[in-house]
Amino acid sequence: MRYTIQRLLQAVPVFFATTFLIYAMVFALPGDPIVALAGDKPLSPELLHTLRERYHLNDPLLVQYGRYMLNAVQGDLGQTFTGQPVSELLQGRWAVTAQLAVTAWIFELVVGIGLGVIAGLRRGGIADTAVLAGTTFVIAVPVFVVGYTAQILLGLNLALFPTAGVDEGWPVSYLLPGMVLGSFGLAYVARLTRTSLIENVRADYVRTARAKGLRRRRVIGRHALRNSLIPVVTFLGVDFGNLMAGAIVTEGIFNLPGIGQQVFQSIQLQEGPVVVGIVTMLVMIFIVVNLLVDLLYGVLDPRIRRA
Amino acid sequence: MLEAQIAETGADRMKPGSLWYDAWLELRGRVIFWLSAVILVVAVVMAAFPGLFTGLGPYERCNLRLFRKGPDGVAVFGYDTQGCEYWSQIVHGTRASVMIGIAVTVFALLISIVLGLLAGYYGGWLDAVISRLTDVFFGIPFVLGATVILIAFPRHGIWAMTLALVVLGWTTMTRLMRAQVIAVRDMDFVAAARMLGANDRRIMFKHILPNAIAPVFVVAMLNVGNVIAGEATLDYLGVGLQYPDVSWGLQLNVAQSYFAENPHLLVFPSLFLTATVLSFLLLGDVVRDALDPKLR
Repeated sequence: MRYTIQRLLQAVPVFFATTFLIYAMVFALPGDPIVALAGDKPLSPELLHTLRERYHLNDPLLVQYGRYMLNAVQGDLGQTFTGQPVSELLQGRWAVTAQLAVTAWIFELVVGIGLGVIAGLRRGGIADTAVLAGTTFVIAVPVFVVGYTAQILLGLNLALFPTAGVDEGWPVSYLLPGMVLGSFGLAYVARLTRTSLIENVRADYVRTARAKGLRRRRVIGRHALRNSLIPVVTFLGVDFGNLMAGAIVTEGIFNLPGIGQQVFQSIQLQEGPVVVGIVTMLVMIFIVVNLLVDLLYGVLDPRIRRA
Repeated sequence: MLEAQIAETGADRMKPGSLWYDAWLELRGRVIFWLSAVILVVAVVMAAFPGLFTGLGPYERCNLRLFRKGPDGVAVFGYDTQGCEYWSQIVHGTRASVMIGIAVTVFALLISIVLGLLAGYYGGWLDAVISRLTDVFFGIPFVLGATVILIAFPRHGIWAMTLALVVLGWTTMTRLMRAQVIAVRDMDFVAAARMLGANDRRIMFKHILPNAIAPVFVVAMLNVGNVIAGEATLDYLGVGLQYPDVSWGLQLNVAQSYFAENPHLLVFPSLFLTATVLSFLLLGDVVRDALDPKLR
């Protein structure tokens, strides 16, 4: 309990400082947004003043930030250049991104931990070498290259998966994008599991378990693997940020109508405020998820709580 | 005199028996080390002197009639969307990736050495301030944060991009450096140096730094690869470098519309990009193995 409160108290200033940092950077944007809104036509000083008042641009930076956060928490993320609320733009897109992220996460978890265990149990064997080489390669290839290659080879040439869109629903349409999105994290999960398992298999408590005559399956599954998964859980939390950044790329490539695709399209259309609005929100979600994972971490590993 | 003996780092670093020398002995026998080192030397030379690899400048002697044409006898790599020889375009694209990757890492490394030493050595309120500051920046995911910054400053070249990536990329190494310094600062040789009258600065840079830097150095090497991949992703998304800059990420950005009919547009920059990133990652991996006595 003390750990939980401590961690929460720590997270609050970080949350506000991070969001404020982003807001201040955008605030420091060169050029007057009102003048930009007017385009080539010169504005009368009265109109300029009225508009500045309406958008609260005369207030100090901190006040503006406070108002922005209040609105954001209530789901109001500002407007596009054409006056459409950003939150309206995102309606229905949440579900797509969530489904994609969950698919990628499951893929990372199941295949990543599986490969890590196979590699870690026989250190230096063929499977281990193959997993190490394969994961290094996957980490080195940028997500968008993986995406296009998978789309051409598995989607177009072999026709194993739908190439784009969500017409076939979950999970069929999400399988290939999910695998692409999860590939990077999968490589990390596999390597982490492997390293951590190799360390733990040599630990005293595993030798004790074996000495007690427990079956190998139980020694590995119940004793070694459980403890090995602690760093993996931390990574799966941090990886949430990668998943969201990756979703921008993956949804762009596979034409999935999610949040990431909106960001992708808004970048192409050079709609700065929309991109900043959505991305800031993603960053906020990232911070909250990380906090939750940290708390969960304390539940899983009592040593953290007592430290 | 005595103090110089205690500080058996510095000039002695490459002498037999030292950590770095042992690491070198180990590295010398690894195929992967030589393979990635050769690729990286080629990449760095290509970035520094593109003229050695191609007679053409960027966007020079382009022939629109040849646009998106695949490889032929004259141009082994084919032509890009504007009919420029793709090989020379790719050669010129090396500079952006390699320079940004190395520059970002060097600056981030310098920041993390200074902040890590200060926070780890002095502790107290200085440590608290630096650690919280690190937490704040650590909380911003790399690509998302860079997207926001780069959109806020639309006209940016290589250096502005470097700055943006440094702002987001110094935290991991700083945290590691701080932890390393804390692990080293209470050791006997530090106490001995202090008793002999060495001042704080001397202790930090002559005694603690050489004994704390190795793992940070490894992370820095891996970081170069990650930065290059991240930079290419930003270019690809359209928030990074802009035409008329030449970079692999930009070439891939253009290629995305034509990849089905003209796969060479996608394949060649991807190959170069992947080879470079992979070499940095592998180099970091083997150096880590060589430096870690636990694995021997």
